[in-house]
Formats: sequence, structure tokens, C-alpha cells
Amino acid sequence: MIVGSQKPIDEIWSMVKDFKKVLVFGCNTCVAICHAGGEKEAETIASLIRMRAQQEGTKMEVNHLGVMRHCEPEYFEPVMDEIKKYDLVLSTACGVGVNFLSDRTGTIPVYPGINTSFYGAVPEPGVFVELCAGCGNCILHLTGGICPIARCAKTLMNGPCGGTNKGKCEVSNEIDCAWYLIVERMKKLGTLEKLAEIQPPRNWATSRDGGPRRISVEHIREYEEKEEAKAGK
Amino acid sequence: MKSGSNLEKVLASGKPAVTAELGPPMSADPHEVVHKAKQLKGFCDAANITDCQTAVVRISSIAAAAIAFQNGLEPVMQMTCRDRNRIAIQADLLGAAALGLKNCLCLAGDHQKFSAAGRLKGHPGAKNVYDLDTSQLVSMLKKMRDESKQEGGDPIEVPPKFFIGASWTPMGDPIDIRPMNLLKKVNAGADFIQTQGIYDMELFRAQMAKIRDLGLHERTAILAGIIVPKSAMMLKYMDSSVAGVSVPKAMIDRMSKAKAAAGEDKKKMKELQEQEGIKITIELIHQALETPGVKGVHIQAIEWESAIEGIVKAAGLYPRPSF
Repeated sequence: MIVGSQKPIDEIWSMVKDFKKVLVFGCNTCVAICHAGGEKEAETIASLIRMRAQQEGTKMEVNHLGVMRHCEPEYFEPVMDEIKKYDLVLSTACGVGVNFLSDRTGTIPVYPGINTSFYGAVPEPGVFVELCAGCGNCILHLTGGICPIARCAKTLMNGPCGGTNKGKCEVSNEIDCAWYLIVERMKKLGTLEKLAEIQPPRNWATSRDGGPRRISVEHIREYEEKEEAKAGK
Repeated sequence: MKSGSNLEKVLASGKPAVTAELGPPMSADPHEVVHKAKQLKGFCDAANITDCQTAVVRISSIAAAAIAFQNGLEPVMQMTCRDRNRIAIQADLLGAAALGLKNCLCLAGDHQKFSAAGRLKGHPGAKNVYDLDTSQLVSMLKKMRDESKQEGGDPIEVPPKFFIGASWTPMGDPIDIRPMNLLKKVNAGADFIQTQGIYDMELFRAQMAKIRDLGLHERTAILAGIIVPKSAMMLKYMDSSVAGVSVPKAMIDRMSKAKAAAGEDKKKMKELQEQEGIKITIELIHQALETPGVKGVHIQAIEWESAIEGIVKAAGLYPRPSF
């Protein structure tokens, strides 16, 4: 899932302070699970803004709302009329949601209420860890299911580097060395000798380096076009 | 000859090679490079010119290497993967070769967070590149040199003729993967290897036995890394905090004893520890060169280039061969 964390209230206040009607708009999927931007968190942020407005003597109407997904129109279309009553939407969805909604609100700006951090998992309650970088060219079958792109600070394909220290990364002794984990995992799997093969330079064009990515699933597109044509008749 | 560099010639002659290290300054002043180059000239076969080591901005390796070269010291330019993508690296390699540089050491590079192990502000918020890693960088250099091709496949009319080096941390963690780690660098095309600093000679020799079993000592020239110890404190720090370095307790005790012999005299403390450090260095050089499969030593006297002359002479490695 997508993991995010709340922005400091001072930063939020600097974004919203000049607006009169603010809607804090939560997304109840990924960012709700990581306690950053669900409807509950949107409600908390709305009250923090109201308190701040009161302290600063600023007159401002602040409300909150939440829907299931900000990344598919059918989830927020039913509340679009409501959204358009405000002069700022502070979205607590991930960056995808902010972009997507912003394209559809006309002259109303949509600002980010959280920092979108990574694709991660929940090893224990309240802890979120990054496990995938969405690089567009998965090589987990070569590395014992442990991603060196997301989990090695140097994105090394032929690790480890010389910086591994007692199983930890040279960046911090709080961070596991991904290559240490890969080696230990591949030993267990009995596939360590696979690491002797040199992985060639990557084609980063599948990653963000190739520009914004778009995937079109042809059979779905064809089906939709047919349905649209039928409805047109 | 792949490159015709002095280092390559020394290694080809079968004599033990000596490389040293020159750290460029954090300033635009070339004089420090010239001064250090003069201190090292004649006492090593080539000197590594570090590439913003510990992620601190300094005169670039290529520029400092060119200055050293103009002053009669053969440089080993260093190229890290941290700061440049494959376009910038290849452009710099062509430029370096055009300037007459003949040795290139390929490195991953310290992460940008390093900032001289926290002693300087550095640039911990910098974006790193790592378009390539070390093995890929070595392969790319080899392809440029031997196939006259850029990484992307475009032809190179006049290829850069580098003697290609890579680093190796023999006692790095996890230790049992390290021989394979070297195998990959050798398969990629590393002509020579400089190791991380070695204090635990017994452990290094055990790793070298594995390297000989793989036959790697015959496919690449391994130069054992020796970092000249300056004080007991430095040895303790290296042991506890530097990745892939372990220092035997007896060596730390020996240095502490040298320190204690000075009593309260701070100046003498420094002097006695430095003297002991040089003695330790000479012993390590001999032990390294006695290790089967080792073809030379890479002596790093960090910010102490003036020590190299005495060390090389005392180790019986002077004069250096000339061709």
C-alpha cells in the first residue's frame, strides 16, 4: 500500500491561512491504514486548523469529509457538489489523489495535507516499511525476494558494497543492509550461486527516469469502447 | 599492455607494486595537490586521487589527477557511481584519457550522508545517482577500452585505454560472500584490485586462500590495503566503526603502550604513536607481500602523505622500478 505521514501543522497552516472556506478531504484506503490521511485524521486536522485560526484571530470555515478512494472518479463524484462549495481542498490522500482531484476541481486549488512516502507493508502495528520502489522492472526472482532498488541506499544490482557493517547499512545502523539480507536469504534458499552472475546496467526508462508512466490494458479499453458505442446507439 | 601505465608495467614485471593515496583539498588551490604529489613522487608506482571521499566536496579526481600527472606523479583517478550517471561517467572517462590519465579505480562511493563521518556538514540531502554499480562500471570501462564501444553501443573512434581497478573489502560483512564479490569484479574486467585496509592479517590470509582456490589471484593483481595507523584512538575507531575493518586487540594494546610511554607529554604521545604506527605499517606490508597471491600494497597515509617516503624506504621497497 501507499504509506504517508502527516505534515507538521505549521506547514499546513502556512498553506491554508489565506483561505476562508477549507475542506480537509480524507481518503479511506491506504493512507487511512497508516493513520495519516483517512477521514478520522482529516477530522483531527480540521480541528487543529480551526484551533489555530482561533489563536491567530483568522475567520475561517473548516470542515472535513472522506471517501473511499481519491484515485477513481466514481468515489468522489457523488461529493463533487459539496467539494465545490469550498475555496480550498486540503487533501489528505496520497500524491496520486491530490493530482487526480486537482485536475477535476476547476478553479478550486487542491493542496497536500500529508507527505506521501513510499510503497510499504505493516510488519507490526504502527510500523511501516518500504519494500518496493515501483521501478517498473521487477527483479525479485534474482534477489531472494528482497528488493535492492527499494531497500539498498545505493540501489546496487551487484551488491553488497564495502559499507555493510554487522548487517547494517553505512547510512545508519538502524537500517538493515539489503544485500546482507539478500545473501542470507539466498543461502537459505540454496540459490546463492545465482549471485555470481553480473547483473548488467539497468534500463531505468521503466522507472520514473523515462518520464511519467502510463499502462493501457487493451482488452479492457476495447470492451469499454464497445459498451460506450452501444450506449451511443 | 592494456594501458601502458607505470602501474601496469610494474605489475607486469612481477615486482611488488606500491600505490599510495593523495586526497585533493576542499579548495580551488592547486598547490596542495602539487605539494603532495612531490612528497609521493618516486616512492610509489601510482597514487590514487580520491573522488570526493567520505562524500565531501573536493577538487575533482580527474582535475587533481591531471595536476599530479603534470607534476610527475602517476595518478590512479577514482570514479564513484554516487555522483554521475553513465553519460557523465563516460564523458569524464574520455576526457581523462584525453588528458593522459591511464589508471582508473571504480568504486560505489560513500553514501552522501557520510559527510566525513559526521565531522563536516557535507551534503546529506544530495540526490545520489547510482545509475551503475561498481561491477557494471568496470564492465563499461572494459567495453569502452576493448571493444571501442560506449555502454549504449555507439562506437568510440579513439578508445580510452585505462588500466581498470576496483576495490575489494575482503573482511566485509557478510564475509562468506566476499570472494564471490571479487569474482564478479574480476569477471567484469578488473585488472587490479586494491583492498580495504587490513590489520587482521590472519583473517585476510584465510580470505586469500579462498581467492587462490578460485584462481582469482592469477586473473587480477591484488594490492593489499594498508592504512597507516596514527594513534590508539584511530585503531579503536577503525575497529568499531569502519565497515570491513577489524583490528586485533594486541595491535590496539601495542599502540596504547606506545602512548602510555609518553606519560603526560602530549607532543611525545603523538610522536611515539606515529613511530609505532609506522613500525606496524612496515610489518603489515611485509606480511601482506608474503601472502601468496598478493601482488603489491596500497598504502594509505591519510592526510599524512609525508610519511610514505620513510615507510617505503624502511620496507625495502625503494627505489621503485622505472621503465
